[in-house]
Amino acid sequence: MQRILKSALVALWFMVLTFPLLAIKINPVSKTVSWHFDRVAMLAVGIFVLALGWDWCFSRKNRGLPVFSLPQNITARMSAIANNMALRRASLFFIVGALVAMPLTSSLYQTNIMISALLYVMLALGLNIVVGLAGQLVLGYAAFYAVGAYTYGILFQHFGLGFWACLPLGGVFAVLFGLGLGFPVLRLRGDYLAIVTLGFGEIVRLSLQNWSDLTGGPAGIANIPRPGLFGVDLSLEGSTTYIYYLVLAAVFLTVLVIGRLRNSRVGLALKALREDEIACEAMGINLMRIKLSAFALGSCWAGFAGVIFAAKTTFINPSSFTFMDSCMILSMVVLGGMGSISGVAIAAMILILAPEYLRAFSEYRMLIFGLIMVLMMIFRPQGLVSGEKLTYRISALLAKGKGGAA
Amino acid sequence: MDFQYFLELFFGGLTRGSIYALIALGYTLVYGIIELINFAHGEVYMIGAFTALIVAGLLGFTGFPAAGILVVAALAAVIWCAAYGYTLEKVAYKPLRGAPRLSPLISAIGMSIFLQNYVLLSQTSDFVPFPRLLPEFDFLEYIGYIMGPSDFLILVTSTCTMVALTCFIRYTKMGKAMRATAQNRKMAMLLGIDADRIISLTFIVGSALAAIGGVLIASHMGQVNFNIGFLAGMKAFTAAVLGGIGSLPGAMLGGMVLGLCESFTTGYISGNYEDVLAFGILIVILIFRPDGILGKAKVQKV
Amino acid sequence: MKKGTALLASLALAALVAGNALAAEPIKIGVPGAHSGDLASYGLPSLNAAKIVAAEYNAKGGIMGRQIEIVAMDDQCKPELASNVATKLLSDKVVAVMGHICSGATKASLPIYNEAKIVSVSPSATTPGLTKSGENPYFFRTIANDDDQATLTANFALNSLKVKRVAYIHDNGEYGKGFVENNRLQLEKAGVKTVFSEAINPDAVDFSAVVRKLRREKPDAVFFGGYQPTASKLVQQMKRDRVKDIAVIGPDGLKDEAFIKMAGADAEGVYTSYPSDTSNLPAYTKAVEAHVKTFGTQPGSFFPNAFAATQALLNAIDKAQSTDSAKIAAALRKEVVETPVGSISFGAKGDAAGVGLSIYQIRNGKYVETDYKMTLK
Repeated sequence: MQRILKSALVALWFMVLTFPLLAIKINPVSKTVSWHFDRVAMLAVGIFVLALGWDWCFSRKNRGLPVFSLPQNITARMSAIANNMALRRASLFFIVGALVAMPLTSSLYQTNIMISALLYVMLALGLNIVVGLAGQLVLGYAAFYAVGAYTYGILFQHFGLGFWACLPLGGVFAVLFGLGLGFPVLRLRGDYLAIVTLGFGEIVRLSLQNWSDLTGGPAGIANIPRPGLFGVDLSLEGSTTYIYYLVLAAVFLTVLVIGRLRNSRVGLALKALREDEIACEAMGINLMRIKLSAFALGSCWAGFAGVIFAAKTTFINPSSFTFMDSCMILSMVVLGGMGSISGVAIAAMILILAPEYLRAFSEYRMLIFGLIMVLMMIFRPQGLVSGEKLTYRISALLAKGKGGAA
Repeated sequence: MDFQYFLELFFGGLTRGSIYALIALGYTLVYGIIELINFAHGEVYMIGAFTALIVAGLLGFTGFPAAGILVVAALAAVIWCAAYGYTLEKVAYKPLRGAPRLSPLISAIGMSIFLQNYVLLSQTSDFVPFPRLLPEFDFLEYIGYIMGPSDFLILVTSTCTMVALTCFIRYTKMGKAMRATAQNRKMAMLLGIDADRIISLTFIVGSALAAIGGVLIASHMGQVNFNIGFLAGMKAFTAAVLGGIGSLPGAMLGGMVLGLCESFTTGYISGNYEDVLAFGILIVILIFRPDGILGKAKVQKV
Repeated sequence: MKKGTALLASLALAALVAGNALAAEPIKIGVPGAHSGDLASYGLPSLNAAKIVAAEYNAKGGIMGRQIEIVAMDDQCKPELASNVATKLLSDKVVAVMGHICSGATKASLPIYNEAKIVSVSPSATTPGLTKSGENPYFFRTIANDDDQATLTANFALNSLKVKRVAYIHDNGEYGKGFVENNRLQLEKAGVKTVFSEAINPDAVDFSAVVRKLRREKPDAVFFGGYQPTASKLVQQMKRDRVKDIAVIGPDGLKDEAFIKMAGADAEGVYTSYPSDTSNLPAYTKAVEAHVKTFGTQPGSFFPNAFAATQALLNAIDKAQSTDSAKIAAALRKEVVETPVGSISFGAKGDAAGVGLSIYQIRNGKYVETDYKMTLK
């Protein structure tokens, strides 16, 4: 009962709070007012339900229970399935097979948006190295993406270089920018680092906008060629399919590299850095080297993705690389679970494909992104799929050692 | 003639700087107490401008006198923004106390995006004209219009606000409690200060200041849009860092310095890189003197 | 509301198609543009125009016995979305395209249409590069490009205002910067001194520094490149800072009733370029009447241009008696069509000849067409 009363009070508070912005819409030009009391009423009902749920979530959280958890028997069955190697392999084959077969069975449009989604998977996985593994919050990731895209655009326009020459160069330039940013900010931690990278991202975008001679300014660079296949002139369908496979291969490569990286020496050092910088240094890890490698690795993927993006859209301008784009990639990492490969990939797919298929929902896209970031931080900071921690089970080893004695 | 031009730019810079300072105070207050960059602070400023616009619009139909509308609209903006600030803290930051440092920051970014789109969806994406409510000050004619009427109003209002804030922090019991909490939260709690209340109070005061800034700028520029919070917030944050984040006089000084820098660069060199300049200052300060002009260096605690 | 009427109209259209019950496959015309988002007010009137023209043709029995079907696609004026939309239209097997609305979106989608050899006619994409390069043989437009606009404003400043020193301010967008740069090139060639050329950020909290610079330099005129919200802030600040005797000249982005409403008396005297007033043409009145009859409201931005584009396109298909792109393009270049923007035909590069451009000035809170005008060749 008390809970209901409290929730009602919260709902009332929100009604008052949102009243001017939600209920009153003023048009000073035509001097008219339109009232939307229905919106406030809807919000109040929503908040009431939410507040009930919120309390419930907190009581669970305070008791140390996960907020979203499935019933015990299902979880057990799920983990049994997850641990079943044969099944795991089969499902992996199925996913890979579906992805490979996709452009052959679906329309040009489907393939096209799938390319976008896969590009974002790549970007999110790249950012995951810096944010998820190394715990360095970077808010200007779109800048590296822009560096990749403009590397191709500019080198093509001024020197006539082709896609294949630019792909590695895009990565190299992005890494150079990553190191250029990483080196001076070595001393910075946490929120200061976040702000510096944000400023860096904005400076890159503003420079692209102002330096018209090189970058075309706000008009951007148009007519960037699609990648060629050994000099064969491809039709539109052909080249779209070709780019699709290219991105797919790039994503597989990314997954492979990051998967290997995660449990390597560097990966473990990155994780140590995330958990505690001082302890990490005390353990004899060279902070400078490890931070720089995080920046280099992260920005490298953004560079590759940028080159492919330029080749895909054939037209780039600075407005594709704003702070909001950086935020979008960040929310994929947050939603998916920092440090988890499958989680981040799934989150990127959901966040890009959902607005594309649910057109009505696309207006609310950014609103929901923002909400996700807040709610995930509060209730499930580890994300959809929590990044698996490397655990050594001594008890299991012991049990094996003891053999039949137990 | 050239000295007059210098004065014009000087006062233009001060006007702009005092707005930055008003918003920067909100950043610095919050940072001083819970070491969080309240990323959504720029959005609170924008909400202040919008609330004032709506209230002023409604009153405008009733034929209220202009000066009265301005005061009522500003009051409404202050009250509602304070409420938004309070709610923001309760919803997005309080549950995260004690979480790793990145969590509240990500939550703050999420809140900023959320609030921006909340206004976009509930109101409009267009620029909305803000009614003209500012009186014309005739005496400005005698000093050759080195500043316009709204510059004058902004300077006076923001100076008064900042003086009032300083008095509040220095002499009142709540202000003292705030300072105590900022210095050492645990110790303050031992002395019987309710830290949760003080944190709420900080958000309320900071948001109210941002609301004043929002109303002033809305009436100065004559337009409001859901997107104005981002750039103003970034600039104000730069100002706070420049002065030394956590320090109140630092935020005021930082705002003024940034405003003057921008004004003189645009006036004497070129306006093309005005924003690049601000972000450049931000980066350089953070790298070489993270404690700002007036901040004191902190020893990192393990 | 708008969505409701659009739905009704499309239902009516569908009923019409069903009523005729033709076995032949319809001729699909893609109409991509901003149909939602903050630029929807630029895109929706074009869609309405396309629907009206298509309905007129369908009432007469269509073309080659086939009905016209409008396939609307929303690109929100974003380049990334535009290229997706373009591929979607190709998947839907459209015969030709009337769009896109924004220059950026058009640039992103043109390579796809070129590749598939699909004719597209844009009612509102003004970037010069689209037709200048000659790389887009299947692209046409029914609006003057920014070069022509700049030629008109630069000549106007030179001949009519007799400017000697000029300042340029733009919003660092493609449209605004392009307009200003084009003017600067032409005026500098004519010996006009550039006082300064600078960008302002539309989101900045204050424009005082640049306005004070303007007051100090006292140029004869200032060219502003950008859209009306920024312009109205700028002219208000100029008025407040007592900047006098400097003519303000802007592109067609400033010819919007909202500009006068926002800036009020401060907008007095501002010059803008805009397509010549054709409201006395019979084709124009007819088109507007049709809009009022179908949708119950007065048409919005670019409606006449989109109306003309759809008319020209369908006329070309009709004359060519074919859905083959090469034949449609040839017919577009050959035929002269009576449209709401004048009797137009298309040049080799795709720009419309016959469209008029005029200088307008704000006098007593209204846009008044001056005598300074030109007709595109």
